[in-house]
Amino acid sequence: MRGAAHLTRAACAAAVVLAAGACGGGAPAGGPDGIVTSSWGDPQNPLEPANTNEVQGGKVLDMIFRGLKRYDPRTGEAEDMLAERIETDDSVEFTVTVRSGWTFSDGEPVTAKSFVDAWNYGAHLDNNQRNAYFFGYIEGYDQVHPASGRPTAQTMSGLKVTGERTFTVTLTQKFSTWPETLGYAAFAPLPSSFFSDHDGWLARPVGNGPYTVDSYTRGARMSLRRWDGYPGEDKARNGGVDLKVYTDSSTAYTDLTAGHLDLVDDVPAAQLRNVRADLGDRYINTPAGIVQTLAFPYYDPDWNRPGQEKVRRGLSMAINRQQITDTIFQRTRTPAKDWTSPVLGPDGGYDEGLCGVHCTYDPARARKLIAEGGGIPGGQVRITYNTDTGSHRQWVDAVCNSINNALGDDRACVGNPVGTFADYRNQITQSKMSGPFRAGWQMDYPLIQNFLQPLYYTDASSNDGKWSNETFDRLVDQANAETDPARAIETFKKAEGVVRDQMAAIPLWYQNGSAGYSERISDVSLNQFSVPVYEEITVD
Amino acid sequence: MGRYVIRRLLQMIPVFAGATLLIFLMVNVMGDPVAGLCGERRCDPATAARLRAEFGLDRPLWQQYLTSMGNVVTGDFGTAFNGQPVVELMADAFPVTIRLTLVAIFFEIVIGVGLGMLTGLRRGRPVDTGVLLATLVVIAVPTFVTGLLLQLLLGVKWGWIRPSVSAEAPLDELIVPGLVLAAVSLAYVTRLTRTSIAENRRADYVRTAIAKGLPRRRVMTRHLLRNSLIPVVTFIGADIGALMGGAIVTERIFNIHGVGYQLYQGILRQSTQTVVGFVTVLVLVFLLVNLLVDLLYAVLDPRIRYA
Repeated sequence: MRGAAHLTRAACAAAVVLAAGACGGGAPAGGPDGIVTSSWGDPQNPLEPANTNEVQGGKVLDMIFRGLKRYDPRTGEAEDMLAERIETDDSVEFTVTVRSGWTFSDGEPVTAKSFVDAWNYGAHLDNNQRNAYFFGYIEGYDQVHPASGRPTAQTMSGLKVTGERTFTVTLTQKFSTWPETLGYAAFAPLPSSFFSDHDGWLARPVGNGPYTVDSYTRGARMSLRRWDGYPGEDKARNGGVDLKVYTDSSTAYTDLTAGHLDLVDDVPAAQLRNVRADLGDRYINTPAGIVQTLAFPYYDPDWNRPGQEKVRRGLSMAINRQQITDTIFQRTRTPAKDWTSPVLGPDGGYDEGLCGVHCTYDPARARKLIAEGGGIPGGQVRITYNTDTGSHRQWVDAVCNSINNALGDDRACVGNPVGTFADYRNQITQSKMSGPFRAGWQMDYPLIQNFLQPLYYTDASSNDGKWSNETFDRLVDQANAETDPARAIETFKKAEGVVRDQMAAIPLWYQNGSAGYSERISDVSLNQFSVPVYEEITVD
Repeated sequence: MGRYVIRRLLQMIPVFAGATLLIFLMVNVMGDPVAGLCGERRCDPATAARLRAEFGLDRPLWQQYLTSMGNVVTGDFGTAFNGQPVVELMADAFPVTIRLTLVAIFFEIVIGVGLGMLTGLRRGRPVDTGVLLATLVVIAVPTFVTGLLLQLLLGVKWGWIRPSVSAEAPLDELIVPGLVLAAVSLAYVTRLTRTSIAENRRADYVRTAIAKGLPRRRVMTRHLLRNSLIPVVTFIGADIGALMGGAIVTERIFNIHGVGYQLYQGILRQSTQTVVGFVTVLVLVFLLVNLLVDLLYAVLDPRIRYA
């Protein structure tokens, strides 16, 4: 019987391909209850909100959770979602009021306790949460998550439930834009079933978003269905989403062109040439909050001599960004003009004039600057990258070619490949880089702070090159203490100016999110995190 | 016979220990797996230390090896980095890969041996030359080319099959992937059978059988084919292990969530438990299949006796 069903399906598929017609019985229903099938990758970590730091798990969390804030998929602005209001007098102590009427899909009301318990869980060392550091600004984090040794407390002292729907948060420092960070998935509320039946919850997560998990086969597929009781404004406009795990994005793309899949949110690099012919206007290519840079090992005395910023600036000017993004990336990357991302918008701190000539290809000045700065340390730049993800080899080779051509020296730059991402990260964390290395940054929340502080502040969590600059640190502290958001952003931009003057890292390009979809669905868009906005998709 | 089997089983122990130790060392040479768990950023040191302790990575290597081998004996293969027990991954992956391997072996036996007999009996004729040429082409073209080409033609252009296999991987969806997987071995089986048949055709026992006046069919199947199959059986036996572990390319092309997929992901994420667990089982499969092949010799050729 099963075999017969498959044969029918195969025949249907043939009919669909040939005549683009519907196939009785076999074809899924359309209209408001239509189901969208979408490609997926196996999430790397268990699907807990504070434990998911990559886009595949993030996709699901975005569908089944709503936090205090939510970033508007188009403008990127943090808007109140479950938060009725978040008040503060001093940018240190915040009082949060949760909206009434919200429940989890199992009927349990979302209260102040749902948030406080979830955050305490996410921060506690014993729970192995990868995103625990997000709670690092909250007072008492050091007691539940000490840098070494055992935790001395179970909960953070900075979190206090003061009523059914209110709680207070005390931070360790002034951080005026802290409420804007609350749209990140790690800050989602959790139902009590998460704590009472943790394994059961992981097998079938329960949240408070527009979708509920219908079934979940780990490593293979997840079926999400619209939750009709969802109280928010952004109700799902389709019947549900079936996520299917693909090992290889090329196979997913083939399935899309054959009509067996509705949405692919990662068009493989090899197919970029054909994508217009295959999909026409059913291909999206929009900016995402990702910036790629070349970082430098400042722990290596060779790369940390005074006056060497000229060498770094020279290298930056020896890279023909436009040509590389046009030919290798088929315009799925945009040449970088600052160290943030266009998704922030001019009001959010993006400034396309910030890097200016320093990021413009100018071989003559590049040669001059490098000579003035004392030449390339050791006579050769070795750009380290990992070969297993992305198509890094191609662009590293292109960057090296560009540098070699600009400097008129065939041996000025070579790539230094590392086999796996894990090994690559390993060498970076052990400070073993002997030259520039690939650094990619995907924002956690659309704030200029997130593009600067974690990457360039002294000893910050992702300051892999160990760059350190007193002026920059002081400006960041000032900006965080600023209560007026507009002035805070101005101060952050001043700090970014220091990064530019020192050329702490060479900005390369902004990465776009790309997606392709079938004729069955419409209203497809990607948010700033390059995750499809599933709830807006309609099925024809 | 019984003593022979016991001796062979005992010999497996050092082979097994050596193979698992090697793979264990190789996975560990790649460095600290925890570094890759936090994306493009550094894991905070406290969490990294916790993770290391949880996966036992903070202990000396020999201790890690002994513990994991001790656990394997009791059937506990540890936990993969995504929090799933490796046994669970195996329960998902092995049935799929075994089905795929069976499909491939089926094609090897039916088509490979069939064509081999046909060409071996008609040596030098056009059909022989044609098949020889075809096998040459199949051997020369890499698997991923055949796979992608068939996927594009049958899956996209003509729409006869689904380009990707669903998660349950039923047999009918595995026909084309199985054929792709079997293609190269199939060509070798054809050539092996052909040579073997052609050689044995002139053997004394075949002449005797014909002289006895046995019907041609009986001579061919009972005498000629049976004796000619010994090298072929060796090849197919060794191939079972190779197909199960080496299906990574085919499994990726057709999105089959089998052993190759799990191994690939395990290697990328440097999940020692996953890789060691799967390879351990594969080593066992190899050893057992080889034993079976050796025992089959005695069945095929009465002159071979084990004591």
